Amino acid sequence: MNTIDVQGLTKRFDGFTAVDGISFEVGEGELFGLLGPNGSGKTTTIRMLVGLSRPTAGRAKILGFDLSFGITEAKRGIGVVPDSSNLYDELSARENLLFMAKLYGVPKDVREQKSEELLKLFGLYERRDDRFGTFSRGMKRALTIAAALVHDPKVLFLDEPTVGLDVVAARSLRELISDLHGKGLTIVLTTHYLEEADLLCDRIAILVKGNVVEIDTPRGLKRRAEERSVIEASFGREATDLVGDLSARLPGAEVVLLDETRVKIYGGDPSRVLEEIFEFSKERNLGLNAINSIKPSLEDAFVRITGLSPTVMAREKGGKGR
Amino acid sequence: MIRDDLRCIYLIAAKDMRTYYLKPPAVSWGMVFPVAWTLAFYLRSPSNFEDLVPGLIAMTILFSTTAAEAVVINFELRLGSLERLLLAPVSTDSVLLGKVLGGFLFGLLMTSMVTLGTALGLELHPNLSTLIPVGLISLMVFSSMGALFSVLFKEVFEAQTFLNLPRFLMVFLCGVVYPISAMPSWLQAISQLLPLTYTVEGLRAAFSASPPSSFKGLLILTVFLILFILPAMRMLRKRFE
Ligand SMILES: Nc1ncnc2c1ncn2[C@@H]1O[C@H](COP(=O)(O)OP(=O)(O)O)[C@@H](O)[C@H]1O
Ligand SMILES: [Mg+2]
Repeated sequence: MNTIDVQGLTKRFDGFTAVDGISFEVGEGELFGLLGPNGSGKTTTIRMLVGLSRPTAGRAKILGFDLSFGITEAKRGIGVVPDSSNLYDELSARENLLFMAKLYGVPKDVREQKSEELLKLFGLYERRDDRFGTFSRGMKRALTIAAALVHDPKVLFLDEPTVGLDVVAARSLRELISDLHGKGLTIVLTTHYLEEADLLCDRIAILVKGNVVEIDTPRGLKRRAEERSVIEASFGREATDLVGDLSARLPGAEVVLLDETRVKIYGGDPSRVLEEIFEFSKERNLGLNAINSIKPSLEDAFVRITGLSPTVMAREKGGKGR
Repeated sequence: MIRDDLRCIYLIAAKDMRTYYLKPPAVSWGMVFPVAWTLAFYLRSPSNFEDLVPGLIAMTILFSTTAAEAVVINFELRLGSLERLLLAPVSTDSVLLGKVLGGFLFGLLMTSMVTLGTALGLELHPNLSTLIPVGLISLMVFSSMGALFSVLFKEVFEAQTFLNLPRFLMVFLCGVVYPISAMPSWLQAISQLLPLTYTVEGLRAAFSASPPSSFKGLLILTVFLILFILPAMRMLRKRFE
């Protein structure tokens, strides 16, 4: 039996379809990723699955409980880390964990022990009596994950766990998630970071405008991109305005600007592409610095599958995140 | 199931008491306002201050509960921590009941202090068998009213501002300072539609020598409680649809 079974799940807000009949399954112990740009419906999907929002249509079963009538039962086995760290500023780290445990009816001795264990696991034991409001973003995020684990859930939902964190904090959080996965927890994680999905997930569902356009392992997704070549060229001066001209000379290939001086060319006949780039750079005096034929990354797979530019993923949501 | 819900109602109320009862908006609106107001009247006519006591208690009930609800519901809706409660195996109705109970307890604390202070200071001997039921049901009524306004508005200040219309209407029309019997009949008719009228009536009875039965008043207050709490539950449920 699958731990999560989603069929035709749909959410409409006043006529706007945020999630459009998506279906997927998550097996026991799997780390499943929902990958998509901002506004693609990741949070809305999670909110429906954890009972914070009622689906307009479709069904979902979690741990064998149908969401539409067994959500209260299912909640006992679910841990949720929302997209913002919304514990209580006024309570200490330890008090926050104990309060959540009490809400789930965890017996006193168990919750005391579990809180202590989690505080140690997440490196917050020294700060256990400090108020949540005084924590850094990374610590807040870590405690929010700890709070989702106090009742020993079988499934953990993580909505954009590393958004707004610095590199170091994000890396240590990813290690923690990886460890939890290693302990056999079933995890559903949303992200708009391609590397994060690649690094952590067993399988990834790519979500675009409320639709699941592809579900596969990171390796399987990348394999799809291998069907066509990917060549990266880097010039000595700005090439932004020349992308159009270059594309015109490479029928059947797709030219994507990475930054002012770098382009990626997908598809086309590789030897022809290489030749044209040399030619073009000489004609326009671009000062070709480097040219590589590269192994496709998940980003390349994403571009290939969704037809979206990789820059849509870099767009952060304006000024949210605590 | 029911045990889970009862436990959560209690936990939420207890947590709100702990984390919010010293927050400035709750304390200032809940206590400072009625006391300052009463002081103003006292300075005008210090001789018959006793007459003002039931009105002072009624105002404390009204302002402390409504202020507390605006704080505990609006703050948490905005910060998203109210959602957190719904992740646990509880219904939105229980969450709202927990919030109303928290406001009730905060109001009870404030009201007890004001009541004890004035009763001891002025050596009054209210009839407790009238005072307690009227006080308790009124605290529930206005805590629910505060909850209803709080789920209707997004920000604390919005909820407080929109609460001011019914609050001030009630301060003037429900016999807190001006006797209802001295008002023109059309205003008297309006006062019958406002819950605080029955609170003041009941409290006056408790502080007078020969208390008339306030059973009808309690019944009417119960009807107000239902009229406030059911729509508040419904509105909160709608927010999570
Ligand atoms: N409560 C809501 N009312 C109206 N529209 C909403 C609501 N919540 C989300 N949306 C819209 O649904 C779409 C998907 O949002 P969301 O699930 O938050 O995306 P993501 O988490 O992938 O960034 C967005 O266009 C968003 O504006
Ligand atoms: Mg989101």
